[in-house]
Amino acid sequence: MREITGKEINITSAQLTELIDLVRKIHGFDFSDYTKASFKRRLARIMMLKKLEFYDLKHILVNDPAFFQEFLEEITVNVTEMFRDPAFYRALRDQVVPYLSTYQHAKIWCAGCSSGEEVYSVAILLKEENLAKKSFIYGTDINTGVLKEARKGIYSLRKIKSYAENYMLTGLPGSITDHFTIMYDAAAVHSELKQNTLFSVHNLISDTVFNEFQMISCRNVFIYFETELQERILDLFYNSLCPLGYLCLGNKETIRSDNFRKKFKVINQKENIYQKIGS
Amino acid sequence: MAAKDDLIKRFKAAKFLLLGGSAGSFKLLFRMVKMFPHDFKKTVIIVIHRKKNFFSEIEKLFAENSRMLIREISDKDPIDSNAIYIAPANYHTLVEKGGYFSLDVSESVWYSKPSIDVTFESVADSYGKDCAAILFSGANQDGANGLLKLRQSGALTIAQNPEDAEMSEMPGAAIGIDAAEYILHTTEIFELLQNST
Repeated sequence: MREITGKEINITSAQLTELIDLVRKIHGFDFSDYTKASFKRRLARIMMLKKLEFYDLKHILVNDPAFFQEFLEEITVNVTEMFRDPAFYRALRDQVVPYLSTYQHAKIWCAGCSSGEEVYSVAILLKEENLAKKSFIYGTDINTGVLKEARKGIYSLRKIKSYAENYMLTGLPGSITDHFTIMYDAAAVHSELKQNTLFSVHNLISDTVFNEFQMISCRNVFIYFETELQERILDLFYNSLCPLGYLCLGNKETIRSDNFRKKFKVINQKENIYQKIGS
Repeated sequence: MAAKDDLIKRFKAAKFLLLGGSAGSFKLLFRMVKMFPHDFKKTVIIVIHRKKNFFSEIEKLFAENSRMLIREISDKDPIDSNAIYIAPANYHTLVEKGGYFSLDVSESVWYSKPSIDVTFESVADSYGKDCAAILFSGANQDGANGLLKLRQSGALTIAQNPEDAEMSEMPGAAIGIDAAEYILHTTEIFELLQNST
């Protein structure tokens, strides 16, 4: 097979549609409402990593059942950080934690949690706010591979060091390493932080409501979806929130649908934190 | 002179003006933004490398000194024809065929997020022939491949002359792969802008 480099890969719109149809028919995963430009980039990345021409990619998707899991892991972007956008965590502390503290038991859902960094960031925040024991965080993703990582809660020391600046900027006391046990070149999140977490598979596109939450955090997930699909998922979130529950999207993702703008009150315009109104 | 006339004509006709820069490009971009008239009938997209958590005052500074509307891009923002858009830190900015932006947090390209390549390539894919693009100073090779894709899709592509660039590697890389149709001195770039507005 010829060496493929990123420069040469050009996927046409017709090929994109063809591949999406193929994946839907064979594997039951529907990528048709993913934003086209980033989906194309992911496909090009897989072709480059695996040194595949477009034809080879189709062939392997049809004939090698094990490849699909790998495909799924590459298609879904799993780049994440702890305390990504520190201002978001400051907003959570100031505007959402007081609400959560009024509950005997607060349930939180991190949708599209990837390898768990965000779940543990929220867990650390809640611990520092003395809410750890009365809250429970569900982390979900469509990708079983990353969920395995999330359950372990072990990250490379290099990564943890790179999160240290984020942590400092959140204004939380101490340092990020206070929440980890360092073992040579890896860091394991303290087991007390894992106690009230549960990671499981959930597909935002095809799965339904599975619990009722006081807060849902879904950051850097909507960016991969067309607005119609965003709306369908907003409906799922709306129905998964208790009355007055909070939906947190982060600073680049807003609720665009007029229908849902009426159903949510803006709590923080910059960080796109919303509160469910009506019922 | 024919080449120069062609350059001005095509620059004027472009609906999109893409500006990419890294180390050593900020002052030039700032000067350009100050020069754009309020009725500059183009969508200007600026991708400038910057660090995450660096609460840059770029948008504010640009907004205070520009006669055009300045926007930092949010996901699915519609693309207007008379505005300056700035790619946000820590995301790649993509352009969709339906006339809106989408963001992407995937791997850095050339250690950069935003990456100039990513934005340029996606614009090439959707609106290539309606574009003019200029690649300025920078210390890595980001932007070269993107500029090449733009050129291949019919865009007017310009690299700042590496002799003038504070960091010559970025425009140099683009020139090295023949991505730039024109290699212009900084003064020529500003002349072009003056002659086209």
